[in-house]
Amino acid sequence: MGYSQRLDGRKLDELRPIEAKAGVIKNADGSAFFRIGKTSAYAAVYGPRELYPKFMQDPSKGILRCNYSMMPFSGIGERVRPGPNRRAREISLVTEKALAPVVELGEFPNAVIDVFIELPQTDAGSRCAGICAASMALADAGIPMKDLVAAVSVGKVHDKILVDLDYNEEAYEDGPVADIPIALVPSTQEISLLQMDGEISKEELMQALELGRTVIPQIIEIQKKALKEKYAIKDDQ
Amino acid sequence: MTTHKSALLIKEKDVVVPGDELAQGMDYLPGQWTYRKGDYILAERLGLINIEGRAIKVIPLSGKYVPKVNDIIIGKVIDVTLNGWRIETNSAYSAFLSIKDATSEFINRGADLTKIFDLDDNVVAKIINVTSQKLIDLTTKAPGLKKMIGGRVIIVNPNKVPRVIGKQGSMISMIKDATNCKIVVGQNGIVWMEGEPKNEVVAIKAIRKIENEAHISGLTDKIKMYLEEQKKQYAL
Repeated sequence: MGYSQRLDGRKLDELRPIEAKAGVIKNADGSAFFRIGKTSAYAAVYGPRELYPKFMQDPSKGILRCNYSMMPFSGIGERVRPGPNRRAREISLVTEKALAPVVELGEFPNAVIDVFIELPQTDAGSRCAGICAASMALADAGIPMKDLVAAVSVGKVHDKILVDLDYNEEAYEDGPVADIPIALVPSTQEISLLQMDGEISKEELMQALELGRTVIPQIIEIQKKALKEKYAIKDDQ
Repeated sequence: MTTHKSALLIKEKDVVVPGDELAQGMDYLPGQWTYRKGDYILAERLGLINIEGRAIKVIPLSGKYVPKVNDIIIGKVIDVTLNGWRIETNSAYSAFLSIKDATSEFINRGADLTKIFDLDDNVVAKIINVTSQKLIDLTTKAPGLKKMIGGRVIIVNPNKVPRVIGKQGSMISMIKDATNCKIVVGQNGIVWMEGEPKNEVVAIKAIRKIENEAHISGLTDKIKMYLEEQKKQYAL
Protein backbone atom coordinates (compact mmCIF):
# COMPACT_ATOMS: atom_id res chain seq x y z
CA MET A 1 0.00 0.00 0.00
CA GLY A 2 2.81 2.36 0.83
CA TYR A 3 2.71 5.92 2.14
CA SER A 4 -0.20 7.11 0.01
CA GLN A 5 -1.12 10.13 2.10
CA ARG A 6 1.19 12.31 4.22
CA LEU A 7 0.22 12.36 7.88
CA ASP A 8 -0.45 16.10 7.93
CA GLY A 9 -2.26 16.10 4.58
CA ARG A 10 0.46 17.86 2.57
CA LYS A 11 1.36 17.13 -1.05
CA LEU A 12 4.71 15.37 -1.56
CA ASP A 13 6.46 18.56 -2.72
CA GLU A 14 4.65 20.86 -0.33
CA LEU A 15 6.52 22.72 2.43
CA ARG A 16 5.07 23.38 5.85
CA PRO A 17 3.79 26.97 6.33
CA ILE A 18 6.75 29.36 6.58
CA GLU A 19 7.02 32.62 8.48
CA ALA A 20 10.11 34.82 8.38
CA LYS A 21 11.02 38.14 9.99
CA ALA A 22 14.23 40.16 10.06
CA GLY A 23 15.56 42.38 12.84
CA VAL A 24 13.84 40.71 15.80
CA ILE A 25 16.72 41.12 18.27
CA LYS A 26 17.52 44.82 18.59
CA ASN A 27 20.80 44.51 20.47
CA ALA A 28 22.36 42.24 17.85
CA ASP A 29 24.08 43.59 14.74
CA GLY A 30 21.66 41.49 12.70
CA SER A 31 18.94 39.01 13.52
CA ALA A 32 16.11 36.96 12.07
CA PHE A 33 13.28 34.62 12.96
CA PHE A 34 12.36 31.69 10.75
CA ARG A 35 9.50 29.27 11.35
CA ILE A 36 8.60 26.27 9.23
CA GLY A 37 5.58 24.37 10.55
CA LYS A 38 6.17 23.77 14.25
CA THR A 39 9.95 24.28 14.02
CA SER A 40 11.10 27.81 14.78
CA ALA A 41 14.54 29.36 14.96
CA TYR A 42 16.00 32.68 16.07
CA ALA A 43 19.39 33.75 14.78
CA ALA A 44 21.45 36.68 16.07
CA VAL A 45 24.67 37.91 14.45
CA TYR A 46 27.36 39.82 16.36
CA GLY A 47 30.32 41.22 14.56
CA PRO A 48 32.52 41.29 12.65
CA ARG A 49 34.49 41.85 15.83
CA GLU A 50 37.95 41.15 17.19
CA LEU A 51 38.67 37.49 17.83
CA TYR A 52 40.21 36.31 21.08
CA PRO A 53 42.16 34.25 22.05
CA LYS A 54 44.58 35.68 19.55
CA PHE A 55 45.97 32.35 18.34
CA MET A 56 42.59 31.62 16.76
CA GLN A 57 42.87 34.65 14.47
CA ASP A 58 43.42 34.06 10.76
CA PRO A 59 45.30 36.93 9.05
CA SER A 60 44.05 35.89 5.59
CA LYS A 61 40.33 35.90 6.32
CA GLY A 62 37.70 36.23 9.00
CA ILE A 63 36.16 33.36 10.87
CA LEU A 64 32.49 32.41 10.90
CA ARG A 65 31.50 30.93 14.24
CA CYS A 66 28.05 29.39 14.60
CA ASN A 67 26.40 28.20 17.76
CA TYR A 68 23.30 26.01 17.50
CA SER A 69 21.28 25.46 20.61
CA MET A 70 17.89 23.92 21.40
CA MET A 71 16.03 25.55 24.27
CA PRO A 72 15.19 23.34 27.26
CA PHE A 73 11.45 23.39 26.47
CA SER A 74 11.86 22.97 22.71
CA GLY A 75 11.23 19.23 22.53
CA ILE A 76 7.99 17.34 22.89
CA GLY A 77 7.53 17.57 26.64
CA GLU A 78 10.77 15.98 27.79
CA ARG A 79 13.24 18.60 28.97
CA VAL A 80 16.10 19.06 26.51
CA ARG A 81 19.33 19.32 28.48
CA PRO A 82 20.67 22.77 27.59
CA GLY A 83 24.20 23.60 26.59
CA PRO A 84 26.58 22.20 24.03
CA ASN A 85 26.46 18.46 23.40
CA ARG A 86 27.75 16.16 20.70
CA ARG A 87 24.76 16.76 18.43
CA ALA A 88 24.72 20.56 18.88
CA ARG A 89 28.45 20.77 18.14
CA GLU A 90 28.01 18.79 14.95
CA ILE A 91 25.11 20.95 13.79
CA SER A 92 27.02 24.15 14.63
CA LEU A 93 29.87 22.88 12.47
CA VAL A 94 27.72 21.92 9.47
CA THR A 95 25.88 25.25 9.74
CA GLU A 96 29.22 27.07 9.47
CA LYS A 97 30.14 24.99 6.45
CA ALA A 98 26.72 25.53 4.85
CA LEU A 99 27.03 29.32 5.14
CA ALA A 100 30.76 29.72 4.46
CA PRO A 101 30.55 29.55 0.61
CA VAL A 102 28.50 32.75 0.40
CA VAL A 103 30.01 34.92 3.17
CA GLU A 104 32.84 37.21 2.00
CA LEU A 105 35.16 36.50 4.92
CA GLY A 106 38.16 37.99 3.09
CA GLU A 107 36.86 41.45 4.04
CA PHE A 108 37.53 40.84 7.73
CA PRO A 109 41.03 39.48 8.40
CA ASN A 110 41.67 38.49 12.04
CA ALA A 111 38.01 39.07 12.94
CA VAL A 112 35.12 36.81 13.82
CA ILE A 113 31.44 36.84 12.92
CA ASP A 114 29.41 35.16 15.64
CA VAL A 115 26.08 33.57 14.76
CA PHE A 116 23.89 32.35 17.60
CA ILE A 117 20.97 30.12 16.68
CA GLU A 118 18.35 29.32 19.30
CA LEU A 119 15.39 27.03 18.76
CA PRO A 120 12.36 27.65 20.97
CA GLN A 121 10.38 24.84 19.37
CA THR A 122 11.40 21.91 17.20
CA ASP A 123 9.51 19.43 15.08
CA ALA A 124 12.25 18.03 12.80
CA GLY A 125 14.23 20.08 10.29
CA SER A 126 15.77 22.26 12.98
CA ARG A 127 19.22 22.55 11.39
CA CYS A 128 17.54 23.65 8.15
CA ALA A 129 15.43 26.27 9.94
CA GLY A 130 18.59 27.40 11.75
CA ILE A 131 20.51 27.83 8.50
CA CYS A 132 17.63 29.77 6.91
CA ALA A 133 17.43 32.10 9.92
CA ALA A 134 21.23 32.50 10.09
CA SER A 135 21.57 33.45 6.44
CA MET A 136 18.87 36.12 6.86
CA ALA A 137 20.51 37.41 10.04
CA LEU A 138 23.90 37.69 8.28
CA ALA A 139 22.33 39.71 5.46
CA ASP A 140 20.55 41.90 8.04
CA ALA A 141 23.88 42.52 9.78
CA GLY A 142 25.23 44.01 6.55
CA ILE A 143 27.81 41.27 6.03
CA PRO A 144 28.93 41.07 2.37
CA MET A 145 27.50 37.87 0.91
CA LYS A 146 27.36 36.41 -2.60
CA ASP A 147 23.86 35.07 -2.04
CA LEU A 148 21.40 33.91 0.58
CA VAL A 149 21.36 30.24 1.60
CA ALA A 150 18.19 28.26 2.15
CA ALA A 151 17.91 24.76 3.55
CA VAL A 152 15.23 22.10 3.69
CA SER A 153 15.11 18.41 4.35
CA VAL A 154 14.19 16.01 1.57
CA GLY A 155 13.87 12.28 1.85
CA LYS A 156 11.96 9.12 1.50
CA VAL A 157 9.17 7.77 3.66
CA HIS A 158 8.22 4.17 2.88
CA ASP A 159 7.96 4.36 -0.92
CA LYS A 160 7.58 8.10 -1.55
CA ILE A 161 10.18 10.80 -2.24
CA LEU A 162 9.09 13.99 -0.47
CA VAL A 163 10.25 17.31 1.01
CA ASP A 164 10.30 18.81 4.49
CA LEU A 165 9.75 15.82 6.77
CA ASP A 166 8.18 16.57 10.13
CA TYR A 167 8.82 14.57 13.30
CA ASN A 168 6.01 12.07 12.67
CA GLU A 169 7.43 11.26 9.25
CA GLU A 170 10.98 10.94 10.58
CA ALA A 171 9.64 8.46 13.13
CA TYR A 172 7.52 6.53 10.59
CA GLU A 173 7.81 2.82 11.37
CA ASP A 174 5.92 0.94 8.64
CA GLY A 175 8.68 1.31 6.07
CA PRO A 176 12.19 2.65 5.45
CA VAL A 177 12.78 6.36 6.08
CA ALA A 178 15.59 8.57 4.77
CA ASP A 179 15.97 12.13 6.06
CA ILE A 180 18.37 14.27 4.04
CA PRO A 181 18.86 17.89 5.09
CA ILE A 182 20.27 19.96 2.23
CA ALA A 183 21.28 23.61 1.88
CA LEU A 184 21.48 25.29 -1.50
CA VAL A 185 23.17 28.42 -2.86
CA PRO A 186 20.66 29.41 -5.56
CA SER A 187 22.91 31.54 -7.78
CA THR A 188 25.46 28.76 -8.26
CA GLN A 189 23.17 25.78 -7.55
CA GLU A 190 25.88 24.57 -5.14
CA ILE A 191 24.76 22.23 -2.39
CA SER A 192 26.52 23.38 0.78
CA LEU A 193 24.95 20.96 3.25
CA LEU A 194 24.22 17.30 2.61
CA GLN A 195 23.66 14.87 5.44
CA MET A 196 21.60 11.75 5.67
CA ASP A 197 19.92 9.65 8.27
CA GLY A 198 18.39 6.38 7.05
CA GLU A 199 18.81 4.52 3.81
CA ILE A 200 18.03 5.31 0.19
CA SER A 201 19.15 4.10 -3.25
CA LYS A 202 21.39 6.19 -5.48
CA GLU A 203 18.60 6.87 -8.00
CA GLU A 204 16.18 7.90 -5.29
CA LEU A 205 18.80 10.17 -3.70
CA MET A 206 19.27 11.99 -6.99
CA GLN A 207 15.49 12.30 -7.33
CA ALA A 208 15.21 13.68 -3.81
CA LEU A 209 17.96 16.25 -4.45
CA GLU A 210 16.21 17.38 -7.66
CA LEU A 211 13.00 17.79 -5.69
CA GLY A 212 14.94 19.86 -3.13
CA ARG A 213 16.29 22.14 -5.86
CA THR A 214 12.75 22.82 -7.10
CA VAL A 215 11.33 23.83 -3.70
CA ILE A 216 14.24 25.85 -2.26
CA PRO A 217 13.53 28.92 -4.46
CA GLN A 218 10.20 29.23 -2.58
CA ILE A 219 12.09 29.56 0.71
CA ILE A 220 14.56 32.06 -0.77
CA GLU A 221 11.64 34.23 -1.92
CA ILE A 222 10.18 34.29 1.60
CA GLN A 223 13.60 35.16 3.12
CA LYS A 224 14.13 38.00 0.64
CA LYS A 225 10.63 39.36 1.18
CA ALA A 226 11.10 39.41 4.96
CA LEU A 227 14.44 41.25 4.69
CA LYS A 228 13.04 43.82 2.26
CA GLU A 229 10.03 44.37 4.50
CA LYS A 230 12.28 45.46 7.37
CA TYR A 231 14.05 48.07 5.26
CA ALA A 232 11.10 49.12 3.09
CA ILE A 233 10.46 52.84 2.95
CA LYS A 234 7.12 53.27 4.62
CA ASP A 235 4.66 55.42 2.69
CA ASP A 236 2.92 56.89 5.72
CA GLN A 237 6.07 58.67 6.90
CA MET B 1 28.31 34.39 -30.53
CA THR B 2 24.81 35.55 -29.71
CA THR B 3 24.02 39.18 -29.11
CA HIS B 4 22.75 39.82 -25.60
CA LYS B 5 19.93 42.15 -24.77
CA SER B 6 20.80 44.26 -21.76
CA ALA B 7 18.16 45.09 -19.21
CA LEU B 8 17.97 46.73 -15.83
CA LEU B 9 16.07 44.54 -13.40
CA ILE B 10 15.70 47.03 -10.52
CA LYS B 11 15.20 50.77 -10.19
CA GLU B 12 16.93 53.57 -8.28
CA LYS B 13 16.47 53.40 -4.49
CA ASP B 14 15.10 49.84 -4.48
CA VAL B 15 16.03 47.76 -1.44
CA VAL B 16 18.07 44.73 -2.51
CA VAL B 17 19.40 41.72 -0.60
CA PRO B 18 22.45 39.54 -1.36
CA GLY B 19 21.88 37.41 -4.44
CA ASP B 20 19.31 39.73 -6.05
CA GLU B 21 19.72 40.10 -9.81
CA LEU B 22 20.30 43.76 -10.60
CA ALA B 23 20.91 43.80 -14.34
CA GLN B 24 21.35 41.50 -17.30
CA GLY B 25 23.84 41.93 -20.09
CA MET B 26 27.18 43.63 -20.57
CA ASP B 27 25.87 47.20 -20.94
CA TYR B 28 25.92 47.69 -17.17
CA LEU B 29 28.92 47.69 -14.86
CA PRO B 30 29.12 46.23 -11.34
CA GLY B 31 29.87 48.98 -8.80
CA GLN B 32 30.48 48.79 -5.06
CA TRP B 33 28.91 45.78 -3.28
CA THR B 34 27.82 44.12 -6.51
CA TYR B 35 29.48 41.44 -8.60
CA ARG B 36 29.17 39.92 -12.05
CA LYS B 37 27.99 36.33 -12.37
CA GLY B 38 27.82 35.20 -15.99
CA ASP B 39 25.40 37.47 -17.78
CA TYR B 40 24.01 39.00 -14.60
CA ILE B 41 25.05 41.59 -12.03
CA LEU B 42 24.11 40.47 -8.51
CA ALA B 43 23.93 42.31 -5.19
CA GLU B 44 26.56 41.41 -2.61
CA ARG B 45 25.09 43.23 0.36
CA LEU B 46 21.80 44.44 1.76
CA GLY B 47 21.19 48.06 0.77
CA LEU B 48 19.71 50.67 -1.55
CA ILE B 49 20.36 50.74 -5.29
CA ASN B 50 22.20 53.68 -6.79
CA ILE B 51 22.55 53.89 -10.57
CA GLU B 52 25.11 56.27 -12.05
CA GLY B 53 25.20 56.05 -15.81
CA ARG B 54 26.10 52.43 -16.55
CA ALA B 55 27.42 51.62 -13.09
CA ILE B 56 25.17 50.05 -10.47
CA LYS B 57 26.14 50.14 -6.84
CA VAL B 58 24.57 49.18 -3.53
CA ILE B 59 24.56 51.69 -0.66
CA PRO B 60 24.62 49.66 2.58
CA LEU B 61 21.84 50.20 5.12
CA SER B 62 23.36 48.16 7.93
CA GLY B 63 26.68 46.83 9.06
CA LYS B 64 29.63 47.85 11.16
CA TYR B 65 31.75 50.92 10.55
CA VAL B 66 34.55 50.35 8.02
CA PRO B 67 37.60 52.46 8.97
CA LYS B 68 38.67 54.98 6.31
CA VAL B 69 41.69 57.28 6.26
CA ASN B 70 40.89 60.91 7.26
CA ASP B 71 37.64 59.99 9.03
CA ILE B 72 37.15 61.64 12.40
CA ILE B 73 35.95 59.09 14.92
CA ILE B 74 35.22 58.91 18.63
CA GLY B 75 36.78 56.03 20.49
CA LYS B 76 37.25 54.82 24.02
CA VAL B 77 40.67 54.05 25.53
CA ILE B 78 40.76 50.33 26.32
CA ASP B 79 44.46 49.89 27.05
CA VAL B 80 47.46 52.01 27.89
CA THR B 81 50.69 50.53 26.51
CA LEU B 82 54.38 51.47 26.56
CA ASN B 83 54.18 53.71 23.51
CA GLY B 84 50.54 54.75 23.21
CA TRP B 85 46.92 53.85 23.68
CA ARG B 86 44.63 51.21 22.24
CA ILE B 87 41.28 52.69 21.26
CA GLU B 88 37.99 50.88 20.75
CA THR B 89 36.44 52.14 17.49
CA ASN B 90 32.98 50.55 17.15
CA SER B 91 34.30 48.70 14.07
CA ALA B 92 35.63 45.17 13.78
CA TYR B 93 39.08 46.35 14.84
CA SER B 94 40.59 48.48 17.59
CA ALA B 95 42.90 51.36 16.70
CA PHE B 96 46.25 52.49 18.02
CA LEU B 97 47.17 56.01 19.03
CA SER B 98 50.91 56.36 19.52
CA ILE B 99 52.51 59.07 21.70
CA LYS B 100 54.14 60.54 18.60
CA ASP B 101 50.72 61.17 17.03
CA ALA B 102 48.95 62.10 20.25
CA THR B 103 50.59 65.34 21.23
CA SER B 104 53.28 67.75 20.07
CA GLU B 105 54.41 68.29 23.65
CA PHE B 106 57.61 66.65 24.84
CA ILE B 107 57.00 63.56 26.94
CA ASN B 108 59.74 62.12 29.11
CA ARG B 109 60.70 58.48 28.73
CA GLY B 110 58.72 56.47 31.25
CA ALA B 111 56.18 59.22 31.89
CA ASP B 112 52.74 58.20 33.13
CA LEU B 113 50.65 58.07 29.95
CA THR B 114 47.38 57.95 31.87
CA LYS B 115 47.96 61.67 32.63
CA ILE B 116 47.25 62.34 28.95
CA PHE B 117 44.58 59.74 28.14
CA ASP B 118 43.34 57.38 30.84
CA LEU B 119 41.36 54.15 30.52
CA ASP B 120 37.70 54.73 29.53
CA ASP B 121 38.37 58.25 28.25
CA ASN B 122 36.48 59.17 25.10
CA VAL B 123 38.81 60.57 22.48
CA VAL B 124 38.01 62.39 19.25
CA ALA B 125 40.69 61.30 16.79
CA LYS B 126 41.45 61.20 13.10
CA ILE B 127 42.40 58.02 11.23
CA ILE B 128 45.79 58.50 9.55
CA ASN B 129 46.42 54.98 8.27
CA VAL B 130 44.60 51.69 7.71
CA THR B 131 46.65 48.67 6.62
CA SER B 132 45.49 45.66 4.63
CA GLN B 133 45.36 43.76 7.91
CA LYS B 134 43.11 46.54 9.23
CA LEU B 135 45.58 47.94 11.73
CA ILE B 136 44.32 51.46 12.36
CA ASP B 137 46.55 54.39 13.34
CA LEU B 138 45.05 57.51 14.88
CA THR B 139 46.17 61.06 15.54
CA THR B 140 44.92 63.74 17.92
CA LYS B 141 47.28 66.41 16.60
CA ALA B 142 44.76 68.67 14.84
CA PRO B 143 42.25 71.28 15.94
CA GLY B 144 39.18 69.76 17.60
CA LEU B 145 40.84 66.41 18.24
CA LYS B 146 40.99 65.87 21.98
CA LYS B 147 39.74 64.03 25.01
CA MET B 148 36.05 64.58 25.76
CA ILE B 149 35.46 65.11 29.46
CA GLY B 150 32.11 64.24 31.00
CA GLY B 151 28.99 64.11 28.84
CA ARG B 152 27.42 60.99 27.46
CA VAL B 153 27.89 58.74 24.49
CA ILE B 154 25.22 57.24 22.24
CA ILE B 155 25.77 54.87 19.35
CA VAL B 156 23.97 55.33 16.03
CA ASN B 157 24.04 53.24 12.86
CA PRO B 158 27.32 54.28 11.14
CA ASN B 159 25.57 54.11 7.75
CA LYS B 160 23.21 56.89 8.88
CA VAL B 161 25.95 59.27 10.13
CA PRO B 162 25.92 61.42 6.94
CA ARG B 163 22.21 62.14 7.53
CA VAL B 164 22.77 62.93 11.22
CA ILE B 165 25.42 65.48 10.22
CA GLY B 166 23.50 66.83 7.22
CA LYS B 167 24.81 68.89 4.33
CA GLN B 168 27.73 71.00 5.62
CA GLY B 169 26.66 70.03 9.12
CA SER B 170 23.21 71.63 8.75
CA MET B 171 21.32 68.96 10.67
CA ILE B 172 23.67 68.67 13.62
CA SER B 173 24.08 72.45 14.03
CA MET B 174 20.29 72.77 14.06
CA ILE B 175 20.11 70.31 16.96
CA LYS B 176 22.99 72.04 18.75
CA ASP B 177 21.26 75.43 18.44
CA ALA B 178 17.88 74.10 19.51
CA THR B 179 19.12 72.17 22.54
CA ASN B 180 22.20 74.14 23.63
CA CYS B 181 24.12 70.86 23.83
CA LYS B 182 27.72 70.32 22.84
CA ILE B 183 27.58 67.50 20.29
CA VAL B 184 30.39 65.71 18.44
CA VAL B 185 29.52 63.07 15.84
CA GLY B 186 32.15 60.49 14.92
CA GLN B 187 32.06 58.84 11.49
CA ASN B 188 32.04 55.52 13.35
CA GLY B 189 28.55 56.20 14.69
CA ILE B 190 29.56 57.27 18.16
CA VAL B 191 27.97 60.55 19.22
CA TRP B 192 29.25 62.44 22.25
CA MET B 193 27.10 65.11 23.83
CA GLU B 194 26.93 67.28 26.90
CA GLY B 195 24.23 69.64 28.10
CA GLU B 196 21.37 70.03 30.56
CA PRO B 197 19.70 66.64 31.17
CA LYS B 198 16.42 67.80 29.61
CA ASN B 199 18.24 69.18 26.59
CA GLU B 200 20.18 65.96 26.20
CA VAL B 201 16.94 63.96 26.15
CA VAL B 202 15.57 66.11 23.34
CA ALA B 203 18.83 65.90 21.38
CA ILE B 204 18.93 62.11 21.73
CA LYS B 205 15.31 61.81 20.61
CA ALA B 206 15.98 63.99 17.58
CA ILE B 207 19.07 61.96 16.61
CA ARG B 208 17.14 58.70 16.96
CA LYS B 209 14.39 60.14 14.77
CA ILE B 210 16.91 61.06 12.07
CA GLU B 211 18.39 57.57 12.29
CA ASN B 212 14.97 55.93 11.83
CA GLU B 213 13.82 58.20 9.03
CA ALA B 214 17.11 58.74 7.22
CA HIS B 215 15.62 57.83 3.84
CA ILE B 216 12.98 60.60 3.85
CA SER B 217 13.49 63.67 1.70
CA GLY B 218 12.91 67.02 3.41
CA LEU B 219 14.05 65.54 6.72
CA THR B 220 15.70 68.79 7.89
CA ASP B 221 12.35 70.65 7.92
CA LYS B 222 10.68 67.74 9.65
CA ILE B 223 13.31 67.62 12.38
CA LYS B 224 13.07 71.39 12.81
CA MET B 225 9.34 71.04 13.54
CA TYR B 226 9.99 68.05 15.78
CA LEU B 227 12.53 70.01 17.82
CA GLU B 228 10.07 72.90 18.30
CA GLU B 229 7.43 70.42 19.45
CA GLN B 230 9.80 68.70 21.87
CA LYS B 231 11.06 72.00 23.28
CA LYS B 232 7.47 72.95 24.16
CA GLN B 233 6.84 69.54 25.70
CA TYR B 234 9.94 69.71 27.90
CA ALA B 235 9.54 73.46 28.51
CA LEU B 236 13.07 74.32 27.38
